[in-house]
Amino acid sequence: MQRCLLSASLRRASATSLRRCAQRQSLLPCVHVASSSTPRGYATVASSESSPPACSSSPCSPSSSSSSQSARLSSHQPSFAERAKNARGYASAAAAAAEPAKAAPPPPASDTIDVEVDGHPVTVPKGVTVLQACDVAGVEIPRFCYHQRLSIAGNCRMCLVEVEKSPKPVASCAMPAMPGMKIKTSTPLVKKAREGVMEFLLLNHPLDCPICDQGGECDLQDQAMVYGSDRGRFTGYKRSVEDKNFGPLVKTVMTRCIHCTRCVRYATEVAGVQDLGVTGRGRDSEIGTYIERMLTSEVSGNVIDLCPVGALTSKPFAFTARNWELKSTESIDVTDSIGASIRVDTRGSEVMRILPRLNEEVNEEWITDKARFSYDGLRRQRLIVPMVRSHDGLLEPSNWPDAFNAIAAALHGVSGGEMKAVAGKLADAESMIALKDLMNRLGCTNHVSEGEAVDADIRSQYLFNSRLSGVEEADVCLLVGTDLRSEAPLLNLRLRKAVISGRLKVASIGPAQDLTYAHEHLGTGASALRDLAEGNHEYLSVLKGASRPIVIVGAGLMRRPDKESLLVAVQRITEQARIVRDGWNGYNMLHLSAGRVAALDIGFVPGPQAAENKTPAAKFVYLLGADDIEAGDIAKEAFVVYQGHHGDKGASMANVVLPGAAYTEKEGTYVNTEGRVQMTRPAVPVVGNSRDDWKIIRALSEVLGKRLPYDSVSGVRQRLAEVAPHLSRVDSIEPSVWLNGDALAHYHASALADTPFEKVVDNFYMTDPISRASQTMAKCTAARKKEVAEGRLPHL
Amino acid sequence: MYRLSRHVASRGRVAIATRLIRGEGLSPFPSPCPAAQVYSHGFHSNRHVAGALQTGDGKPSDSEIQKMGGASANTPVHVPYETYKDLSTVLDRNMNTLFMTELMRGMSLTLKYFFEKKVTINYPFEKGPLSPRFRGEHALRRYPTGEERCIACKLCEAVCPAQAITIEAEEREDGSRRTTRYDIDMTKCIYCGFCQEACPVDAIVEGPNFEFATETHEELLYDKEKLLENGDRWETEIAGNLRAERLYR
Repeated sequence: MQRCLLSASLRRASATSLRRCAQRQSLLPCVHVASSSTPRGYATVASSESSPPACSSSPCSPSSSSSSQSARLSSHQPSFAERAKNARGYASAAAAAAEPAKAAPPPPASDTIDVEVDGHPVTVPKGVTVLQACDVAGVEIPRFCYHQRLSIAGNCRMCLVEVEKSPKPVASCAMPAMPGMKIKTSTPLVKKAREGVMEFLLLNHPLDCPICDQGGECDLQDQAMVYGSDRGRFTGYKRSVEDKNFGPLVKTVMTRCIHCTRCVRYATEVAGVQDLGVTGRGRDSEIGTYIERMLTSEVSGNVIDLCPVGALTSKPFAFTARNWELKSTESIDVTDSIGASIRVDTRGSEVMRILPRLNEEVNEEWITDKARFSYDGLRRQRLIVPMVRSHDGLLEPSNWPDAFNAIAAALHGVSGGEMKAVAGKLADAESMIALKDLMNRLGCTNHVSEGEAVDADIRSQYLFNSRLSGVEEADVCLLVGTDLRSEAPLLNLRLRKAVISGRLKVASIGPAQDLTYAHEHLGTGASALRDLAEGNHEYLSVLKGASRPIVIVGAGLMRRPDKESLLVAVQRITEQARIVRDGWNGYNMLHLSAGRVAALDIGFVPGPQAAENKTPAAKFVYLLGADDIEAGDIAKEAFVVYQGHHGDKGASMANVVLPGAAYTEKEGTYVNTEGRVQMTRPAVPVVGNSRDDWKIIRALSEVLGKRLPYDSVSGVRQRLAEVAPHLSRVDSIEPSVWLNGDALAHYHASALADTPFEKVVDNFYMTDPISRASQTMAKCTAARKKEVAEGRLPHL
Repeated sequence: MYRLSRHVASRGRVAIATRLIRGEGLSPFPSPCPAAQVYSHGFHSNRHVAGALQTGDGKPSDSEIQKMGGASANTPVHVPYETYKDLSTVLDRNMNTLFMTELMRGMSLTLKYFFEKKVTINYPFEKGPLSPRFRGEHALRRYPTGEERCIACKLCEAVCPAQAITIEAEEREDGSRRTTRYDIDMTKCIYCGFCQEACPVDAIVEGPNFEFATETHEELLYDKEKLLENGDRWETEIAGNLRAERLYR
């Protein structure tokens, strides 16, 4: 009875959580029934009225070695394996075919079956489970262990339904739907079965909802309210389990665990790390790492979302807020070039946590640990007032007019050729176009977006042309100088999904690495690439034989002096293996930062003079959030203006500091590595006396007497649309034209240096000023270092 | 049927209201008083109307009502003037006036209470009794070990209709969930007692104290320290009240 009361109070406070849970789990092959409860960000996929022929695109085929591991660990019944494969193979095929460009014709009638759910006839594709059929019919089936992106375990028994002519209730998540099946989900038998299962689950579940961080958004709590009884008959002692240490991100309260094994299946199947498993049997079964160690995945935080109870919760978020006090803002992540869809949860003016949003095209429903946990960096090391360096060499707090006047004074007598503007990793398109316009008005064309010097002439040469979702259709993939696990973990998840389903073969050139899946290592450096380009490597025949080959070039290679020769070599491979062919462009460049593609799109690159190193050393340098710049890159006597949100390397070398806004505080346009235009949304107000970045530049232009012609953000967007029209079409990808070798015609293809490709990202957890200021990321780095020191991990 | 019953119900309400205005009480039985009889007829007629309406077009005619013995809506109501001419009544009334019996009765009541026990109390020095359910000043309680009860579940904050409670929480060094801030704006509070009802550990309670008036507004913005101090001060009374109410919670 008391449980009921507690649950009622928590439930009342978060009325939407069940609905959200339903949305999260309604990813299913929607065929003949128009989905009325379409999850946000999923509209284009779910509204597909066509059902493609079933293909074997199961993300984690039970036949692979890692899944057999999961079968052992999670008491996965082999007889379910085939069903799982069929069911989810269909699910991902539906998602793939729902892309507008590749809409498949409606399936032949033989690919669908008719079943009856609670008396209503429903047509579903062949091979789906009873649970999926019920979802199509709009009947909610309670579940804990079933998750559409994981293999089927069938061990929670919450999804029991009655099927006519079946003597017992059946677990709907593991039972394939058969033609003519009559499914009943609201009979007294089903009700009793659910109540019984719920009573069993609650036997050992502690009554600590008030101190549980999952309280208010807990599947068990919600379902106990709807399907459970109001009393239990168990009077014995509840079991208790020792908490495990999973590292600095995931907090465990293992007594709350209901052994759905979602986390185990996620780690082994999706993340590809064999960290988690079940030990013991029956009442003694426990989830854990066996020996105490942290989760060694870059995407480990997703187990928090997967856990249906409060056993795995976020450590940095622990006890700080309740879900009903949070205000959610839909935004995008800027910690890498993938641009994952996120939800920023705030309370007052503080970001309390970051969660993923469903976006099949980009991040499915996962985000990286850096995206999820680096938010505490937003509160530290912030620049809150303009600062001017005084005569004794210290940065003194100042005000906006004084800071602008100091810049104007410094610019006096400096010619345009002696200026330089550097845009950082997190710069948004609006501020970059404003800065570019201002510098152009001052006569400066030396614009650099920091890091790699990528050629901006041909758009298809710097985009991820096959698209992120496209890698799942590829059959051979060549990685050139990219470390996917630290550069783009979400892309690595997609590749892994395709590899373990048996569709994709991956080969890499670059430092040897553990990609979490089987791949061929062709060489460490340029020599292997040269051999491939010259046709001296046997792998070229594999590439040639592929029907949909892709090559992924790490943008980090563009830091090498012989980058032109590298690109020419890659181009030669592209031509020989016909990586770009009719209806398929498999040439992909993977960028390292969120701001890069937008910078290339609007031409934030050195002008012709600067490109040929004809400009003298810059006397005036404007850093727009550029923090990876080395002190040696800037002349000692140069006057440096730093505009950004964190006191990092850039601010420490600046003469004037202008405080800007972080990505959670402004509406900024970002373009991800595949060319998808996306926007961040302001979730919290700017801190202190800081301002939106484009506004700062606009105000400065007035002081400098070079007034920029826009006064509102829509004015800036208009200007953006003049320069690059596709930037006004949010959430779309502008197709780019492929110009075979012509794009590289002017390159000097000298001999390739034989030096090996280096790791570009030396620490995944700290790549930008926000994550460098984050304590959580520092803890992760320390924990990783410990793992490396103890020999359990090859590198950070 | 729905419209019908509504119609009848409203007619019935009008009749009852009229009866109350006339001071006739609500007895459903016809009273012997002629004036009342008129209205009890009206009351009955309504019930007949209900029957008539079930078959009719929804509006009964006057003739129908009159046929059933009721007063038509257009007929003026005749109240006969009451005159007493018999000797005993006249004598009674005059005696009452002459001997001031009513005055005597009033004065005797006054005299009676003059000798009875006093109900007024000398307030600041004497206190009246309080129910164990009395909802006075808030307090945060502790366990007998001295450990604070509040676990920062924030249910009181969520349930507070006046949004008078503000809580911030974080993990304490020993890993337990505790508040770092527990503020109640006592000037916003409406003393509804929802917070103590929501509390799963009986930490926040409304104690028996109601004498916490202050000279400034700021003094009524209670923080965690003040609330815990209240709890320590009133623990005996609060625990006693909770014990008394145990059966009903």
